[in-house]
Amino acid sequence: MPLLANRRRETLPALLMLAPFLAVFLLFFLVPAIQTFYLSLTESSLTRTSAFVGLANYATLVQDPSFWASLGNTFYFALLTVPSLTLLGLLMAMLVDRFTRAGSWLQGAYFLPFVLPISVMTLIADWMLQPTSGIVNHLLGMQRAWFADVHWAMPMVAIGTIWWTVGFNMLMFLAGLRNIPRELYEAAALDGASGFALFRHITWPQLKPVAGTALVLQLIASLKVFGQTYIMTTGGPFNTTRVTLHYMYETAFTQSDAGYAAAIATAFVIIVVLLSLLQGWVARRLGGAA
Amino acid sequence: MKARSNLGWTLVAATTGIVLAALWLAPLLWALSTSLRPEYETISPVFHWLPREWTLDAYAKVLGAGNVPRWLFNSALVALLVTVATMGVSLMAAYAFSQMRFRGRDALFLLAMLAFLLPFESLLVPLFRMMNSLGMINSYAGIVLPQVVSPVVIYVFRQFFDAIPADFREAAILDGASPWRVLWSVYLPMSGNIVWAMAIVTFIAAWNNFLWPFIIVTSSDMMTIPLGLTQTYDAFGVRYAQLMAAALLGALPVALAYLVFQRRVTHGFLAATGLKG
Repeated sequence: MPLLANRRRETLPALLMLAPFLAVFLLFFLVPAIQTFYLSLTESSLTRTSAFVGLANYATLVQDPSFWASLGNTFYFALLTVPSLTLLGLLMAMLVDRFTRAGSWLQGAYFLPFVLPISVMTLIADWMLQPTSGIVNHLLGMQRAWFADVHWAMPMVAIGTIWWTVGFNMLMFLAGLRNIPRELYEAAALDGASGFALFRHITWPQLKPVAGTALVLQLIASLKVFGQTYIMTTGGPFNTTRVTLHYMYETAFTQSDAGYAAAIATAFVIIVVLLSLLQGWVARRLGGAA
Repeated sequence: MKARSNLGWTLVAATTGIVLAALWLAPLLWALSTSLRPEYETISPVFHWLPREWTLDAYAKVLGAGNVPRWLFNSALVALLVTVATMGVSLMAAYAFSQMRFRGRDALFLLAMLAFLLPFESLLVPLFRMMNSLGMINSYAGIVLPQVVSPVVIYVFRQFFDAIPADFREAAILDGASPWRVLWSVYLPMSGNIVWAMAIVTFIAAWNNFLWPFIIVTSSDMMTIPLGLTQTYDAFGVRYAQLMAAALLGALPVALAYLVFQRRVTHGFLAATGLKG
């Protein structure tokens, strides 16, 4: 009886506590999310919605070579960054974990770029890779215009991204490593295991769930690439670094074709969610097999 | 035999660790070295690791003219507003989700967590249209408000509140305290560490946010520093000492926040991934 009265009494205060969040959540998340899908079914500009056209935007989308090219560029970027960021993050975490006192200095150096704004990274990269007076060309004895080179533009964007964000992967692996009970290593050392055997039989099996999480988060982050390519190459040369979100941005804000841009956004969300579910499933299977 | 192989591994690890750390610091140090030169030295055909002539000219120019001070001010204001609003909004919501009983609580919480799944990028077009019709393009409110939706922060706070024994709350309620009062004088004092950690991480993320200001701001004097820095070629021309000085000034507040609060920052970022630190 008192419990019930208590329950009724809390509804109004609870709603009051939630009101500020619900307001921003509805206005700046839920409504726009529904609108993205609705807009994708219309012919719309950036300022007005004209006509309901059903799935016409999607019909255009599947036959749009620019969309597929942008998706290809996005996956190329993911291929260049996801495995390297994960492996390098793991390596850095193991190095930090190995040294008690010096480790925190290493951690600071590896993580620092992650807390900096994207344009600090892009400005420094641009200066280092400058064709005539850049330090990279100086050290290599070249005069290459890296960002104007079809073969080098995307790898350079990837390298900039790796420098900028690897600290986050390191942090996740470090947390995973520190959760491994020390006794496991001590017991294995008594059995005569050392070096790589320790890694293979203790570290890696214990680390698999963290590795799965890191991989999924990194895949999502890499597929969402936009700022790096937009700032460093503006999608060039010859659109070889124009990624899907960049194509969406151009469609909406340069062509003012909001309906089609919303269709690109919706398709993109479906791809990202499906891939992260799939990769999450694979990661869980890996973890379960251990 | 065993001791020797251990020593070997340690040497390899130490070398790799130091080389990687040097590689990771090098770009920032090179930017610093560039920013301390007179402009003509940056395009000189003779290469020098360090400035031949040390000068703070580039910093004086960047801070004395152009929009960099304005962008830094905008970033500080926006990041502070986002942080304070996000903490207030999320603490109240997390308390309700964790400690109060009302119909539909769990369904509502799940709905809020949807925002985890949908990338913010997919909302840009309707958000821009809405802001445009509300007349909030190029306004602080327009820059700040969408950044206050932060389900991660609510998730972390709710988990923390869940772990606080209910006795504290019941005692306070028996004394006739309102939920507000309980949150403010019972839960908040016990949550100092996690609130600070999330506040610093929120501040860093808001300071660094590029995408949303990029969409919502078109006039130079409303830009935040990450956005403004992408316009610096127009502002200074290709003057690399000044560009590097501007970049380092934009990096300074967040770099300092990290170096001073290293443990809290680490704790906050890890909490946001659901992994324990």
